[in-house]
Amino acid sequence: MARTLINVPKTAQAGEVVTIKTLISHPMETGFRPGADGRIRPRDIITEFTCLYDGETVFRAELFPATAANPYLTFTLRATQTGTLTFTWRGDNGFSQTETATLTVT
Amino acid sequence: MRRLALLMLAALAAGPVWAEGIPAAERRSGFDTMSPDIQAMQRDGMANPALLWLADGAELWGRAPAPGRSACAGCHGEAGTTMRGVAAGYPAWDAETAAPIDLAGRIQACRRRHQGAEPYADESRELLGLATYVAAQSAGLPITVPDDPRLGPARAAGKALFTQRMGQLGLSCAACHDDNHGRRLGAALIPQGHPTGYPLYRLEWQGVGSVQRRLRNCMTGMRAEPFAYGAPEFVALERYLMDRAAPLPVETPAVRP
Amino acid sequence: MSPQTPHRPSRRGLLALGPGLAASVALRPVAAGAAIRTESTAEAIRRFAGEAEIHPGRVRLDLPPLVENGNAVTITVTVDSPMTPEDHVRRIAVFNDKNPQPNVITVYLGSCRGRATIATRIRLADTQRITAIAETSDGRYWSTTADAIVTLAACLEG
Repeated sequence: MARTLINVPKTAQAGEVVTIKTLISHPMETGFRPGADGRIRPRDIITEFTCLYDGETVFRAELFPATAANPYLTFTLRATQTGTLTFTWRGDNGFSQTETATLTVT
Repeated sequence: MRRLALLMLAALAAGPVWAEGIPAAERRSGFDTMSPDIQAMQRDGMANPALLWLADGAELWGRAPAPGRSACAGCHGEAGTTMRGVAAGYPAWDAETAAPIDLAGRIQACRRRHQGAEPYADESRELLGLATYVAAQSAGLPITVPDDPRLGPARAAGKALFTQRMGQLGLSCAACHDDNHGRRLGAALIPQGHPTGYPLYRLEWQGVGSVQRRLRNCMTGMRAEPFAYGAPEFVALERYLMDRAAPLPVETPAVRP
Repeated sequence: MSPQTPHRPSRRGLLALGPGLAASVALRPVAAGAAIRTESTAEAIRRFAGEAEIHPGRVRLDLPPLVENGNAVTITVTVDSPMTPEDHVRRIAVFNDKNPQPNVITVYLGSCRGRATIATRIRLADTQRITAIAETSDGRYWSTTADAIVTLAACLEG
């Protein structure tokens, strides 16, 4: 399980636009970099990030080797009702991690 | 080891040593000369990548190393209270080994002596996480110079290491960081070289590393044989560097290019 | 230890350091990957936008003009859009022109729209131009570019 840090405001007003910030521990090995032995280290990156809001996809990102290690990603969404945010990172070598958070909407 | 002992003897023979380096009022953290976006990365309570290691350390703090053994929290309680100010005064004197010890060394010693646990590997995720977590409890506090005469020989030896020419290029740390800070080497600005934010996230490493990792890299860059991780030379050098940095505030976990 | 005569400077660079001190510094070699591109930036943009005309404007790309270390550069992309069901941003894609691979990130904005703004950290292999393109709900494409100068570390760490 990779370490993640997710910042979701504790509460939001209905209709308010909130900023979600995410950080995950991952080397994002590009597949272009030689190792100490001179051979290219194989690619090992996160390729996709999705955020679901009560099951509906509100944000999706395709990541590439150009994303820096320990990917940092922020985006916004409009708070409508109290619900569950589901964050999923998927990548090479079967990497898959899901975290959830509750967005309370008043 | 023998070399260090000789340095200490030479330094003692030379008389009392005051940590000079850069005059106290002129001391500046490398933070000040970083670009605004990297400064923002360090400051941002969500964007700083070292926070991932900090979170690891917080978890390890509360986790017992083995059934029946105490976690760090078992003896030390809330790190925010008990570890506050500790890192600002390290390296410190370790009575049991009658030698100076740095923070990582203290963590390893605690594991062995009080937790019955194997030491972590050098620069391991666990050791860096715990060191980051403990050092971060001193963030914002000024680096202090412990009033401990037992640290005298290490201070002097550290200063001797800092000022002695070494490696194929015949450079000393002081040649760049005392005499030429603020000038450029290539495109890079030479910092004063204060270890205010360790362990820190170095963009070059794409991860968190210790001050010893940074010093080893410096020595390699100077074409000198780097000391091994955990070498007493490094502890002495770090003691001198901290004297030389006081009273700059601790910045752990810092971000540096 | 007496100072050594500096050895013959490497072909990569020689720097004068202070009075009387010449230092030979090995600069980072140009990454082999920088010369190899999996695909041209133009081709990658075509795959994103098809044959549609791409209009300059409506997109703002923030990245530092001078980059101290290309391993992690913060970028923010913001698209000027009311983000209503009738008029919103569907996708945003960022491209580079000197990394081995031209794509940086491609983002799909869903229906629970906030603002059309994202931030992330990217790698820049060299001084280069970054392009951000947004697709709006009317099927049109908008773009902007920003240049970044990437400086190299002076000492190879090894």
